[in-house]
Formats: sequence, structure tokens, C-alpha cells
Amino acid sequence: MTVIGWLQIILFCVIIVALTKPLGWYMTRVFDGERTFLSPVLRPIEAGIYWVSGVDEKREQHWLTYTVAMLLFHVGGFLIIYGVMRLQAVLPFNPAGQGAVAEDLSFNTAISFITNTNWQNYGGESTISYLVQMVGLTHQNFLSAATGIALAVALIRGFSRASVRTVGNFWVDVTRCTLYVLLPICIVYTLFLVWQGMPQTLGDYVEATTLEGAKQTIAVGPVASQVAIKMLGTNGGGFFNANAAHPFENPTALSNFVQMLSIFVLGAALTNVFGRMVGNQRQGWAILAVMGVLFVAGVTVTYWAEANGTTMLQALGLNGGNMEGKEVRFGIVASSLFAVVTTAASCGAVNAMHDSFTALGGMIPLINIELGEIIVGGVGAGMYGMLLFVILAIFVAGLMVGRTPEYVGKKIEAREVKMAMLAILVLPLMILGWTAVGVVYPAAVASMANAGPHGFTEVLYAYTSGTGNNGSAFAGLTGNTFFYNLTLASAMFVGRFFMIIPAMAIAGSLAEKKSIPPSMGTFPTTGGLFVGLVVGVILIMGGLTFFPALALGPIVEHLAMNAGNLF
Amino acid sequence: MLREIRPAIVLLLVLTAITGLAYPLAMTGIAGAMFPAQAQGSLIDKDGKVVGSALIGQEFTDSKYFHGRPSATLAPDPNDSTKTVAAPYNAVNSGGSNLGPTSKALADRLKEDVDKLKAENSNAAVPVDLVTTSASGLDPDVSPEAAQFQVPRVAKARNMSEDQLNQLVASNTQGRLLGLLGEPRVNVLALNLALDRAAAK
Repeated sequence: MTVIGWLQIILFCVIIVALTKPLGWYMTRVFDGERTFLSPVLRPIEAGIYWVSGVDEKREQHWLTYTVAMLLFHVGGFLIIYGVMRLQAVLPFNPAGQGAVAEDLSFNTAISFITNTNWQNYGGESTISYLVQMVGLTHQNFLSAATGIALAVALIRGFSRASVRTVGNFWVDVTRCTLYVLLPICIVYTLFLVWQGMPQTLGDYVEATTLEGAKQTIAVGPVASQVAIKMLGTNGGGFFNANAAHPFENPTALSNFVQMLSIFVLGAALTNVFGRMVGNQRQGWAILAVMGVLFVAGVTVTYWAEANGTTMLQALGLNGGNMEGKEVRFGIVASSLFAVVTTAASCGAVNAMHDSFTALGGMIPLINIELGEIIVGGVGAGMYGMLLFVILAIFVAGLMVGRTPEYVGKKIEAREVKMAMLAILVLPLMILGWTAVGVVYPAAVASMANAGPHGFTEVLYAYTSGTGNNGSAFAGLTGNTFFYNLTLASAMFVGRFFMIIPAMAIAGSLAEKKSIPPSMGTFPTTGGLFVGLVVGVILIMGGLTFFPALALGPIVEHLAMNAGNLF
Repeated sequence: MLREIRPAIVLLLVLTAITGLAYPLAMTGIAGAMFPAQAQGSLIDKDGKVVGSALIGQEFTDSKYFHGRPSATLAPDPNDSTKTVAAPYNAVNSGGSNLGPTSKALADRLKEDVDKLKAENSNAAVPVDLVTTSASGLDPDVSPEAAQFQVPRVAKARNMSEDQLNQLVASNTQGRLLGLLGEPRVNVLALNLALDRAAAK
């Protein structure tokens, strides 16, 4: 670990905190339906969209209608992706002549993108056409991100409103999020990325003759426009197979730094949106503090482990940390930071191969996802995930002092706690359940790339990443098989929607409650005690659930590595 | 609930057209006009022919060139499409080795490569990036230490002085951005192009 390394990490944290407030202010205005500086341009487009699609923007929805609208929207999104993938051979924008994508892979990819997971069983440059990249993937990157944010805002409205039956209008929230938040940022961001060296072309792959006279075919494409939303929307599905490690998908140290910022920025700003909507910004900062504590702890461990390297490197006198599967322009610190950022949020883009990380360095990304990706989290998903843990923490605090728990003026009662538990139980069910199947079913075992405990970790990571809708991988695992395409799709689907439905039920039930003013006996939820309590609940829940599995994978591998065992 | 069906279809199609077609196509036009070189892939022409991209590593094995990092990229086996074969710096199928910290295959490969490099230059410590594969398999850079490590070999093959080559490496070394972000590095293709020019003089 070096001083310059830590300075990069500190700079990253400072910029995120600095952006949280102004962006939170802007997003609050967007979701409250107020005018913004972009309204003169965008308002006519917005009104036109409502007019053709028959949306009455004044009509609000009950939580159940809101959820059904969201589900219907995703059925359509699924069909579009599946359709263009199966038909890409006969559709335009296919200069490389890619053939139809297989049924199971198309199914997996379609589920993967509508759930904001973006797991890559497809190979990017070697499998799919430019049309699929644009109409299938870029478009769903926008919409799954907008959906996540809309749902988080609906849950926040549950807290901020009192005695009403509605939580907003799904169509309006998605449209406004796309037009006012995602698109404007992406337009500027795309140009920045192209300036840094990212291709943006519909032309053919380039044929080059290398200095030594060999032929090299170089894949290009409309990369920048897809990468901008892939990062901002915490989608993470790469244009290229190697994702953000590919020099075209992340050309410079600056592009890398800005990509990391863009993964966190909207999720962090949502904590401020929460604070503003419930009428006390300090409520938002307290939640960001919980995230910050867990984040810094994770970065420290991964950076330390990667900078130390592995025993096999040390034995050969190779210093400078674990560079296997990392790029020179990023080095140890920017690769470690990226890995923690991408898994703390549900992004899943990678600029280094997590499969080649040290055992402990790779365990932190795994833990980040298993805790529910609530450290900033996926856009929206992180916020509603975190609020579920807050509900549990408040419930525990209430049990300790024997009072009905309250949070931001709402009584937390049996229904909320039951729903929060139901949502959180999805994680162990899908992650541990499918991992158990994956390590005994012969066809699944054959997919492992590494032997020993590392092979187990590959499988555990795959289902963790799928259920958490992250999408990063211990990429040695051959995921493009019938078994993994289907089981991972089920993990992604359940991990997304079975979390959303209970969260929306909470939103509906909270919105109907009266708001009670704070009294002498109200547990303050803006101070250090609250932050400590939530961190504790998150770690205890995660630890009790996943420690046995972690012990079989990364922990035993770390011990084996130190004992000099190879597999 | 029924009245949600029309927006589910129409709004989806409208937003698909905006975000899936209008946005990427407009960005392609604007970016191509503003940054034509980058938008096409930062291609390098030499004598009217494309010799590669400034951002994409290519394979160097000749001792008169500086070498990049080992690459783990694969290509379909021409004899059996269900299998793959090693194809270093394959720029249509990026990827890493994905070998973990307790992999015997990785330990064997490292040992072999370190021995080879030690035979080539026993005076300096082997730089770690010169024996580890990159994440993309297309890393265009090596560390300045890795370039300096190869100077004696290239000097011998080219019949050039080590001082001249060390200068060439130094002038092709890019530092951290603002002294802070990223890592110091040498673009191998740029260095080799400069080397060819220097040798021609």
C-alpha cells in the first residue's frame, strides 16, 4: 500500500460526498414533478410521450398497481431483448455477421438485462451485433436503471407521505428519470469517454498488420454510448468480453476514475433525496455514513491483500503486488478500488479479473454482494435494500427498550418487519441453495476453471452475483451452459423481483399510516449510535448467513495458500 | 389494471426508440465529428497501412522489439469449433487467464517465464507485470521497469547502445495523471515505433 494509492481512494470518497447534495437536490425536484433547468427542452418531449402512450401524469397509483405496471414493462423489455438476439442475423447493424444467439443464452441475457444484473454469458465482441448492443442492451440499461430509481423513490414516498393510498405513478417516474437524469448525463459522459479514446462507430472490425507482420482483427463499435449508461445505471454488462478492463472500454486512468465515480454517484445522491423527502437531510447523511463505514473497511482489506500479492509470486521474488489479471494503467490500487466499488453498488463491471484476485481480496467483493449491495448499491436497489436493513435495525432497537419502533415519523409494525425479512431471505435462498446444487451436479462441476476451494468460490460467486443482480464474475467459470444459463436466470429473476414486491408492500403500508411527531422517547436516527446499530445489524445478518460458505471458499483458500498448497 | 397495458407497450416502444436508437446513433454522429480519431479506434497508420491501435496491445516475440505482457486470449480451434486454442492478443475475444492464487497451472507458468527472463537479464529483478497476464489480454502497456528490463536484449539484437534505448524508454514513459491517478507506464507499440524510427536514422 502506498501514500499515492490512499490519496486516490480519499479523492474518490471526497468527490462522491461533494456530489451527493447538489445531485440529490436536482433529483428531488425531478421526482416531485417540479421545473428544472432542462424543462424548457425536455418538457415538450415528456408531454408528448405521455400523450402517445396514454399516461395521465396526474393520476397516482396504489402500490400494487405501481408494481404491476413495473412488471408489465419488464415483460415487454424481455421480449425485445430476446427477439433481437434470436433474430440478429437478419437484422441491420451487424457488420461482423454474427449468427443468431442460442435460445438458452438469449433467455439468460434477456433476464440478466431486465433485472439490472448484466451477467455476461455472452461474449460481447464475439457473439452479438451492434443492433443488440444498442436496442437490446443500451436501451435496457436505461430502463432497468430508471426502474430501480423509480422503485426507491416510491418507497421513500411511503415514508414521507401520510394517510394516503398512492405512492406515485410508475410511468411518470420512469419517464422523468430517463429524460431528466439519465439521458442528459449520458450525453455529456459519452463525449468525455470518446475524447479519452473510447470508440463510437458503426463501422466494420478493423484489420491491422502488426509491426511483426501478423494480422490482428480489432473489434470496435458504438462502445461509448453503451458504457456511459452501463456505469451510470450500475448495469455493468460489457460491450466487450473483458468489460472495463478492455482498453477500448476503459482507455485511461482518468476514464477509470470517472467510471468509478459514475457507478456511485446516483446511488449516493438517493440518500440525499431520501433526507429531503422525509424533511431532514441528516437522515440521508446517516444512511450514507453507514454505507461509508462498510465501504472503507472493504477497500482497506482488498487493497491490502492485492498489494501483498500471493505466496507464489513472493516465492519467485516478484514484487509489486498481485498483477495477474490486472492492467498496467490501473495497477493495484485502481483495480482494488474498482472491485469494491462495482460490488458495493450492483454494477458488476470489472477492470480486473476477480477470479485472479487473492483469496481475501476476492472475498470482499463476494461479501459486498452478499450483504445485499446496500453500500450505495445499485441505482435505487441499494436504497430500498438499505431501508429494509434500517427497518430491521429499528425493530431490534425497539425490542431492546420495549417500545414500538419508529422511523422518520412512521411506526414500524409487524407487517413491515415481516416484509423486510421476506425480502432479505431471498438472498440466502437463491445463493446458498443454487450453490449447493452447483457443486454436486456433475454438469455444473465441469464448468469450474480452478480446482480446490477456488472452484467452489467460482460457483458461490456466480450465484451471489446473479441473485444480487451484480453481474461481475469469477469469470473462469464456464457460465454459458444449459444448466448455468437457466439456474442463473432464476437466481437473477427471484433476486430482483422477490425483493421488489415486499419492498413495495412496505411502501404501500407506510404511506397509509399517520405521521407521528418525534417525542422524548423516539430513538434518534441521525447520530452515531444509529449508524453503529445499522452497521451491526447488517454485519450480523450477513455473517450468520454466509460465514459457513465463505469459510469453505476464500477463507480455506487463504489458509491453503499460506501453507503452500496448490490445486 | 387494464389501463396500464397501453403504456406498457407504447411507452416501452417510445423509450426504446429514444434510448436504443436515437441516443446511440446521435452520439455516433456527434462523437465522430468531434473526435474522429478516437471514435474510429485510435488507429495508427504507417506508410498508408493500419499497423494497429494505440490502445490495443499486439504480440511481439522478436528479440529486436520490446515485448508486452503475456496474453491469455483464446480463439476457436480451427479443427474443432467446440474447443479453443491460445491466441495471444486476439482483439476479437478479450479476456484474462482467470487463474486463482492457489492454481498450480499459474505457478508453473510463472516459474517457466521467470526462468526465461532471468536467463535473458540476470542483473535486474524480474518485474511482476512482465510475467502476469493482463485482465483484457490486450494491455497496451508495460511498467517502465519492464521496459528497462528488456533494454540489454534489444540493444544486443539491434546493435544499439543501452543509453540510447534507456532514453527512448524514458521519453515514452507516461506518468500518473496530475501526479496522482493511475500508474506510470510505457505503451509498447508506441515505443517500438519510436525504436524503428531511431534505428532507421
